[in-house]
Amino acid sequence: MARIAGVDIPREKRIDISLRYLFGIGPSLAQRVCEEARVEGATRTRDLTEPQVARLREVIDRSYTVEGDLRRDIALNIKRLQEIGSYRGLRHRRGLPVRGQRTRTNARTRKGPRKTVAGKKKATAKT
Amino acid sequence: MSRSVKKGPFVEKSLQERIEALNAKNEKKVVKTWSRASMILPSMVGHTIGVHDGRRHVPVFVTENMVGHRLGEFAPTRTFKGHRMPATEKVTTPVKAGA
Repeated sequence: MARIAGVDIPREKRIDISLRYLFGIGPSLAQRVCEEARVEGATRTRDLTEPQVARLREVIDRSYTVEGDLRRDIALNIKRLQEIGSYRGLRHRRGLPVRGQRTRTNARTRKGPRKTVAGKKKATAKT
Repeated sequence: MSRSVKKGPFVEKSLQERIEALNAKNEKKVVKTWSRASMILPSMVGHTIGVHDGRRHVPVFVTENMVGHRLGEFAPTRTFKGHRMPATEKVTTPVKAGA
């Protein structure tokens, strides 16, 4: 049972994969953490020894922002953009894409499911 | 790609000069500018800058955490007031025959 940086308990997988279950640790960071903690990435999480887990924990605590802290940082950044009234802040407020993407089509990730507006019907036959 | 550090931040020369002049005199006046691409420097904090949006100069009061952003970010160039609701009128008119 490995519990790193709060509540996450990935298990049965290689440690370099398990670490990716932490918010803020992706493929490359996971590997770097393993190297820094001198832990073989291929070992299963359940096979880790206590000192190894402790080293991993220490490396993450010391040099990376993960989970709640990271989420808070991101939220604060967005909040700052909104408060200073910048264009990017406005886009966040509107829930539209922030980085200049088109919105005529696509942009569904930001805009959410389509809200079809009943437009005028195409000209029907002849009157 | 981000800008080379060697070059330093871009600020329109005339704008910078006017800000410096105001700072030297310890005055605060609205400085109009068309240079939306200029970076906001710490020296501009506290000033109000009229940033052109294509039509008029939008007064932007510069605060501390705006430093590093560009003037144009604070003067939107588009006005979007929302779509009219098409349903209200169309629905009441009788549906044409031959659908």
